[in-house]
Amino acid sequence: MTALTKAGIGGLLARQGILVAFVVFMIVFAIANPRFIDIDNVSGVIRSSAILGVMALGVTFVVIGGNLDLSVGSMMSFSTIVVLDLHDTLGPTLAIPAMFALTLCLGAFIGFLVGYLRLNSLIVTLGMLSAIHGLTLMWSGGQNMDIADKWGTWFGFFGRGSIAGVPVPILMFALAAVVLSLVLSKTPFGRKVYAVGGNGTAATFSGVPRARVVFMTYIISAACVATAGLMQASRSLGSQNTVGQGMELEVLAAVILGGASLLGGSGTIFKTVIGVLILGFIQNGLLLIGLEFYVQYVVTWVIIILAVWLDVAAKRSRLWSPIA
Amino acid sequence: MSQSTPQPIASPVEADTPPRKSRSALFVQGAIWGFVVLELIFFSVAGRFLSVSDTAFLDLDNMLLLLKQSAPIGIIALGMTIIMINGNIDLSVGATFALSAIVLLDSMTWPFMAAMGDWAIPLAWLFALGTGVVLGAINGLIVWKTGVDAFIVTLGSMLGYRGLVFMYNGEQPTSHLNWTLVDFAEAQFLGLHTATWFLLGTVLVLWLVMTRTVHGRNAYAIGNNREAAVNAGIRVGPHFLINFMLIGFLAALSAVVFYSESGSVNPNDGMLYELWAITAVVLGGTKLSGGYGSIISTLGGVIAIQLLRKGLGYIGADTETVNLVIGLILIAVLFLDRQLNRKGSEELKI
Repeated sequence: MTALTKAGIGGLLARQGILVAFVVFMIVFAIANPRFIDIDNVSGVIRSSAILGVMALGVTFVVIGGNLDLSVGSMMSFSTIVVLDLHDTLGPTLAIPAMFALTLCLGAFIGFLVGYLRLNSLIVTLGMLSAIHGLTLMWSGGQNMDIADKWGTWFGFFGRGSIAGVPVPILMFALAAVVLSLVLSKTPFGRKVYAVGGNGTAATFSGVPRARVVFMTYIISAACVATAGLMQASRSLGSQNTVGQGMELEVLAAVILGGASLLGGSGTIFKTVIGVLILGFIQNGLLLIGLEFYVQYVVTWVIIILAVWLDVAAKRSRLWSPIA
Repeated sequence: MSQSTPQPIASPVEADTPPRKSRSALFVQGAIWGFVVLELIFFSVAGRFLSVSDTAFLDLDNMLLLLKQSAPIGIIALGMTIIMINGNIDLSVGATFALSAIVLLDSMTWPFMAAMGDWAIPLAWLFALGTGVVLGAINGLIVWKTGVDAFIVTLGSMLGYRGLVFMYNGEQPTSHLNWTLVDFAEAQFLGLHTATWFLLGTVLVLWLVMTRTVHGRNAYAIGNNREAAVNAGIRVGPHFLINFMLIGFLAALSAVVFYSESGSVNPNDGMLYELWAITAVVLGGTKLSGGYGSIISTLGGVIAIQLLRKGLGYIGADTETVNLVIGLILIAVLFLDRQLNRKGSEELKI
C-alpha cells in the first residue's frame, strides 16, 4: 500500500511537481502574511515579473529546440536603448517597429549561425552577449538614454498604462503566453520544435527542416526580447546600457524551474509561466516577511537544484545518481 | 560494479591524447599563439599611425602589465579548462571569487586576527582559499550525487553564492587595506609582478597535473567518453569532485591575487567572470563537449583577449568596440574550428 501511494505521489510530483510546489509555497506564505495574496500585491508581483516572463517565453522555444540563448540579456539592453533613442528622433510610432526590425535582425543572425551553420549555441550566444553589449554601447556612446519629454508622450502606455484596471504589462505577458502556447502546442511548427529538440537526426530523416525550425526559434526569442525591451523602456522612460545584464541566466533559471530540459524536446509555455511566477513570488514573499532581497538568490538556488533533481530522479526512478 | 576488470587498462586516453596529434590538432593548438603574434604585429604597426601615446605597444613595461592584468581571469580560466576537459562547466566562479575575496578582507579584521599583526595574512589567505574549496566541493558533490547536469547545478549556485556574498555584508563594500599585503602584491621579482608569478605557477602546476598524473589522464578519458571511462573502471564521481574543488580553489586564488592589492570588494564584483573565462578557454581551442583541450592553449586565449583589450585601447578605439570584437572573434573561431576539423563522419547537412 505504501508503495502504491508512494508511486502515486512520486508520479504526481514528477509530472506536476513544480505546480504542487507553487501551490504549497503560496499557501504557506499566505498564512504567514495575509497581505501576500492581496490582489494589489499579486498584480504588483506579476507586473514586475512580466518583463522577465516575456523573455522566458521566447527562450522556452529555443531550449525546447535543443539550444541555449545567453544573449537575451544584452539584446534586451540593446532594444531598450534603441527604442528610447529612436523615440526622440523618429517619434514613437516609427521607433517601435524600427526597434523590432533591428532586434529581429540580431535574432536572425544568431539563428543563421546556430540553425544553418550548426555552430554550438552556447558559444555563439555567449559571443553575441558580448558583441551586442558592444553594439549597445556604441549606439548610446556609453551614455544613459532618456526620453526628453517624459510627460508629453503616450509611449509610457506599455509599461505604466492599464486597461480596465489591469496593468498593460500583465496583459502583454498574458497575451504573449497564450499566443505562444497555442503556437507550441497546436501548430505543426510547434510539433517540429519538439521533434528537433528531442532527436534532431530522427527529425531530419522524417523530413523536418531542422535548420529552419532552429532559425525560427531564435526569431521568436528575439521578438520576445524586443517586446520585453519595449516594456522596460516604456516603464522607465530612460535607461542605462546595462539594464538587461545578467538577465540571461535568470531567464534560463525560470525556464529550467518550469521543467524544460536543457537537452531539448521537453517543456511547455505554461510551465515556464509557473517558473517565472515562482521566482517573482519567492522574491516578494521573502520581502514581505522582512528579509532582504538577496535572500531570494539562496532560496532560488535550493529550489532549482531540488526541482531538477526530483525531475531526473523520477525519470531514472532512483534518488541518488548512478555515477560511481 | 566490475571488480573483475583486469589490472592494466588500455584507457581510452592512451589512444587519444598524445598520438592523435594530427595536423589539424597541432594547428589548433598552435593557432592561438599565432593569433597572439598577429595581434602583437598588428597593434605595433597600427599603433605607429593611430596611437596617441608616445611609447611603443611592445614596450616591456606595457607587456609586463598586460601579464599582470591577465592574472585574475587567467587563473580562473585555467581551472575552467580542466572542468571543460572533464565535460562539465562551472558558472559559479564569479560568485566564488567574490565570496572568497570578502572572506580574505573581512577575516583580517577579526579581533584575534588583528592581534596577530602580519601573521594574519597567511591565515587570511588560508581562510579565503578554504572558502573557495568548500564552495567548489558543494558544486562537485551535488553534480556527483544528484546526477543533475553541471550547467544547471552551477547556474543555481551562481545565484546562491551571490546571495551569500550579499548576506555577508549587505550591499556595503567590504574593505580592509593591509599595507604589507599591498607591498607584496605590488612587488616585482625578476621583473615579473606577483600576480604574474601566481598565473605562471598555476599554469605549470595544472599542466603537470593534466599531462603527468593519473587524475589528468582520467579527466580527459571521462570527458572524451564517459561510458567508456566507467567501463574501464575509472570512478567518475571523485574526479568530478576533485576538479570542482580545484576550480573553487583557483577562483579563490584569483581573488587573493587581485584583492591583496585593491583591498576593497563590492558585492557585485566578479559578475560575468564565468563568461569571460569560458571565452578565453574556447578561444584556446578546448572543446565544450569535453575530452579535448590544453592548459597552455588557454593561457594563449587569456593573453589574446587581454592583448585585444589593451591593443584596441592603444590605437584609440573606444572601449565599446572591444566587446563587439571579442564576441565576433569568438564566433569566428568556432566557425573556423568547425571547418578545419570537419571529418568524413560529419552529421548530415541540410
